[in-house]
Amino acid sequence: MSTRAVESWTLQPLTDFVKEASVRLVLVLTPAGQVLAQSGFSRAVDVMSAAALGAAIVATTAELARQLRQPPFAALNHQGHRHGIFLATFVTERGTLAVLAVYDLDISSIGLVQLFYEQLAADLKAASPKGAVPKQVLAADFERELTDSLNTLFGR
Amino acid sequence: MSAALDLITRVRGVRGAMLVSADDGLVVAEQLMEGIKGGAVAALAASLAGRLRRAMEAAGIGVSVFWHLQGERGALLVVPGTSAGGILVVAVAEPDVNIGLVRLELLRAAEMVV
Repeated sequence: MSTRAVESWTLQPLTDFVKEASVRLVLVLTPAGQVLAQSGFSRAVDVMSAAALGAAIVATTAELARQLRQPPFAALNHQGHRHGIFLATFVTERGTLAVLAVYDLDISSIGLVQLFYEQLAADLKAASPKGAVPKQVLAADFERELTDSLNTLFGR
Repeated sequence: MSAALDLITRVRGVRGAMLVSADDGLVVAEQLMEGIKGGAVAALAASLAGRLRRAMEAAGIGVSVFWHLQGERGALLVVPGTSAGGILVVAVAEPDVNIGLVRLELLRAAEMVV
């Protein structure tokens, strides 16, 4: 399974998470949908779709929590018949990051994913560049940034 | 569920007992001494139970009814599978615990939670 990162400090924690939690697909992204690393995806269009949908879920659940006057949800799990989808956010020096993971129910479980997600979040917090100001992607640069990221994620 | 766990934790040398959802690897109920990471034990024991079940099916030897992993500083004892309705009954014990007695109480606890 291929694991690639746009920001190299995310690579080792993500590789460890994929191995330990036996997850099928993973994205590490910002709440805006900018992908920092991916594992298991074979097509750029799938990464773009998953990142957009993941970012949308983060935004909608954050708003739902706000309307309920609750702090944002720490994690969200959707369990289907064969696959589970896990989405959680955490704060690093790089800013808030989200992890979207898809796992097969016959080789992993929500317990296993949660357990190793905690390790992943701790590892990413420790590895994130200290004092870095999160880079804003301007609309004018968006397409170029996206193309560059996808090229890196798919080794082009 | 608390009564089921009491059966196990009253055995001398048992450091904790848990009911774990076999499918999810999540803790359903627990009575653990300090220092035991219940969530981690639950997730990993459920993962191991799933792999053991598949190995035993592949070997054609039926379902497991009890397993015992002996470590240097303790033991992990589990009654898995369908006998407890998808719930694993897990005990963490000292290395010199009476395994036979813990096994008996694990099986009784499994019957209680069905």
